[in-house]
Amino acid sequence: MLSFLTRRLIVAFLVAATVMTLAFILTRLSGDLATSIAGPNATQADIDAIRKAYGLDRPVLTQFFDWVGRALTGDLGESYFFKARVSALIAERMPVTLTLGLTGLVIALVVSLPLGILAAVRENTALDRCVQLVALLGQAMPSFWLGLILMITLGLQLGWLPISGTGSWQHFVMPGIVLAFSAIPALTRLTRAGMIQAMGSDYIRTARAKGLSRASILLKHALRNAAIPVVAIAAVQLGFMLGGSIVIEQVFALHGVGYLAWESIGKNDFPVVQAVVLVLAVIYVALTMLADLMNAVLDPRLRGP
Amino acid sequence: MSALLEVEQLEVGFGSRTSAVRGTSLTVERGETHCLVGESGCGKSVTALAVMNLLARGGHRRAKRLSFQGEDLLKLDDNGMARLRGNAMAMIFQEPMTSLNPAYTVGSQMTEVLRRHKGSSQRVATDRAADLLARVGITAPGLRLGQFPHQLSGGLRQRVMIAMALMCDPQLLIADEPTTALDVTVQAQILRLLAELQRDLGLGMLLITHDLGIVARVATRVSVMYAGEVVESAATAQLFADPKHPYTQGLLRCVPVPGKQRQDEPLGSIPGTVPRVGPGFEGCAFRERCSFADATCAHQIPRKTASPGHDYLCRLPAPVKALT
Amino acid sequence: MSVAVVNAGPKRGWKSVSTWIGAVIVGLAVFCALAAPWIVPYDPFAQDLGKRLVVPFWMTGGSSEHLLGTDQLGRDYLSRLIWGCRISILIGVTVTIVSGLIGITIGVLGGFLGGRVDDAVLFAITTRLSIPVVLVALAVVGLLGSSMTLLVLTLGLLLWDRFAVVARSTTMQVRNLDFVAAAWCAGCSRFRILSREVLPNIASHLVVVATLEVALAILLEAALSFLGLGVPPPLPSWGLMIAEAKDYMFFSPWVIVIPGVALFVLVLGINLLGDGLRDLFGARTDT
Ligand SMILES: Nc1ncnc2c1ncn2[C@@H]1O[C@H](COP(=O)(O)OP(=O)(O)OP(=O)(O)O)[C@@H](O)[C@H]1O
Ligand SMILES: [Mg+2]
Repeated sequence: MLSFLTRRLIVAFLVAATVMTLAFILTRLSGDLATSIAGPNATQADIDAIRKAYGLDRPVLTQFFDWVGRALTGDLGESYFFKARVSALIAERMPVTLTLGLTGLVIALVVSLPLGILAAVRENTALDRCVQLVALLGQAMPSFWLGLILMITLGLQLGWLPISGTGSWQHFVMPGIVLAFSAIPALTRLTRAGMIQAMGSDYIRTARAKGLSRASILLKHALRNAAIPVVAIAAVQLGFMLGGSIVIEQVFALHGVGYLAWESIGKNDFPVVQAVVLVLAVIYVALTMLADLMNAVLDPRLRGP
Repeated sequence: MSALLEVEQLEVGFGSRTSAVRGTSLTVERGETHCLVGESGCGKSVTALAVMNLLARGGHRRAKRLSFQGEDLLKLDDNGMARLRGNAMAMIFQEPMTSLNPAYTVGSQMTEVLRRHKGSSQRVATDRAADLLARVGITAPGLRLGQFPHQLSGGLRQRVMIAMALMCDPQLLIADEPTTALDVTVQAQILRLLAELQRDLGLGMLLITHDLGIVARVATRVSVMYAGEVVESAATAQLFADPKHPYTQGLLRCVPVPGKQRQDEPLGSIPGTVPRVGPGFEGCAFRERCSFADATCAHQIPRKTASPGHDYLCRLPAPVKALT
Repeated sequence: MSVAVVNAGPKRGWKSVSTWIGAVIVGLAVFCALAAPWIVPYDPFAQDLGKRLVVPFWMTGGSSEHLLGTDQLGRDYLSRLIWGCRISILIGVTVTIVSGLIGITIGVLGGFLGGRVDDAVLFAITTRLSIPVVLVALAVVGLLGSSMTLLVLTLGLLLWDRFAVVARSTTMQVRNLDFVAAAWCAGCSRFRILSREVLPNIASHLVVVATLEVALAILLEAALSFLGLGVPPPLPSWGLMIAEAKDYMFFSPWVIVIPGVALFVLVLGINLLGDGLRDLFGARTDT
């Protein structure tokens, strides 16, 4: 277990380093950054001044190692547009994105677990087919469009929920639902498959032979084992949701990290863009490791003898 | 007083095609060990599972009579059955490696039976579990209670299963080939344990096995199954002394009996395999492998009584002298 | 993180029905895409500011002149929808070709050669999964300016992971089969074994992945275009149509409902077809 964790940590570190390199390359793709920062009306003198001010006149490798060195100490540089520390900007926006991601995950789990269990218990019935259909529909739903439709229906016509902004918890319901849609199909399918497998296993026959109640058989004995892969995927899905929240934050005008990145892309504010890419990647890697740990908690066999 | 378990004309099918059990009848009296023997695939496990109403998805049972302590099991709903299972009637399975839930400790899986059926507190249940673990020969029961199934060997897991089955003092214990998956030394220990427990606790036991050596040692009665039917049933001594059905005779010939066997005499075996019989099957299922079979064997065979408590399913009028 | 798909069982009636529905939807879409220049009733780019936001025929005030109405610049909505289908299909297919080439090459190499190469492949897949796709695609297009070619290349470079995962695991299975071992023994070259034995045997799995990837690419393109960093205007991408119509959606919801439903139905159709193919082939599409 311990050597396994160490290996995971090394891989995680390597992944982060690779993403860092890629993020750096990504922002240099457009060629001369100084020109794009300065804008179309800048004179050559302006461009030179910018190049000097941001250290863009140094060799690329020097810039790269400078960035890496600073990032390792938590210093992600300075935003051109916001004139603020990038780390401060991200820290300020992160709560919104995290709230959104967690809301989405909770909604997704609240929907998928019962649906998956129901479909498994009623395998091959009309109900099962309905659940699978729901999963298919969810998979085909364009999230930004669903967001707009909810705004029109729940927001404007029914007036149940606020349309945009971050004032109260209600503001997170609609975006949460939309975000959840991207995770519901996978989680439902996995729950269903896991429950079907568990319900056919020998230990469930034992549980029935012990005369346990149906609830205990389903929820204690079967679900516990079916949940192991679901938990792992749920953590990974949360990572994808945080990465994908950029679209939804834009639709609902939620000023989270995704929105920040979107603004920065428009402004050629490359320190922010590369920092957000890096931070989201690191969060994803951390989540996959968390998933491994939770698996070890749920599955005693992984803890070793 | 009615018998502990009475099964009459039990039929089990899976889907519409296979009939795994075709009219099995057997009776288990209080405090006796009834052995059910037969080769692999003849429907022993399915019979036991049908009695417990634990058939896998798609399995359906039908019977003329299925009663436990005089109570009609066929009339019980799921809840009623659940109240009996693990309580008055318990079962041990063929697969000790996979029969325990990998996610919970031995202690948690054992105590939940008592808590469910007797409403005991966790403390009382834990004490009882520890006692029983000691009773089935597990040292350091306190330690084992906190362990997970994957930390135990197959033999230990089967002992845990046995202890778990005994939690609520059942009257009937169904043991489905409890030793098949274990290595030989452990097999003997587990069987000795079961026989001992049966005697000490006065259990009625339905022991499924295909090892006639075991039968000779522990059984009060024996029923021999073939292709979903009980082809012969008798008290143990009688069956060994005077087997009537050619299949039983063949089975007995496959077992080396010390003293009776000459050094150079080859051990017998029955040629061929068990046929798959469908719902419309008529006549004796053993006829293809039987050296006494003729055309009449393809018709309905009447059940005959050789002596009180000894009946068999064969058209042959006279006992065949097969064991010399 | 591999999840065996359990329902690779016998085909059930409703399954084949849903597969047919998927096939019909995909067939229709492909036809629209190919025949778009000839079947559009109007020039999808022609503006008519005198006829802005004409409603579709089923609403009061609608007419058969513009079946699906017109947009905020007076362009015929049906024509733009058909043209948008062409763009969606084009992008879906080309992105899948690019990502398929990358993913299959990487996956087959890893699965076939094993050892260090496989470690590297696994590492590449892990790294790829940690990169937020939408964000990076937006950044690339934002920094380099939007064009179709750039969009296709970017998405292709980002979406190869599932191809690689499936190609890798299925190649490993095939490599261990008897007939491949026999080919080794017969002294066939690696290339020959790869092209003659391995690829034909993993093809069915890859076809299933490909359908799913087309659907995913179409959805992503729409999202990027919606954010203004996908297909450049005035090309009528469905995502772009929704973005442009967004300002009017509270008063005339149909302007976003129509392209959205089209997008939803097309992606659903592709997924239905893909699911059907998976059952047909008994394929695994581990993610
Ligand atoms: N779940 C099931 N679905 C379909 N057929 C089944 C099922 N379980 C058992 N059968 C069939 O019922 C027949 C009897 O099986 P059973 O498990 O009772 O044999 P057995 O006598 O216990 O054999 P063994 O000694 O190997 O345990 C077999 O032919 C088997 O194919
Ligand atoms: Mg059996």
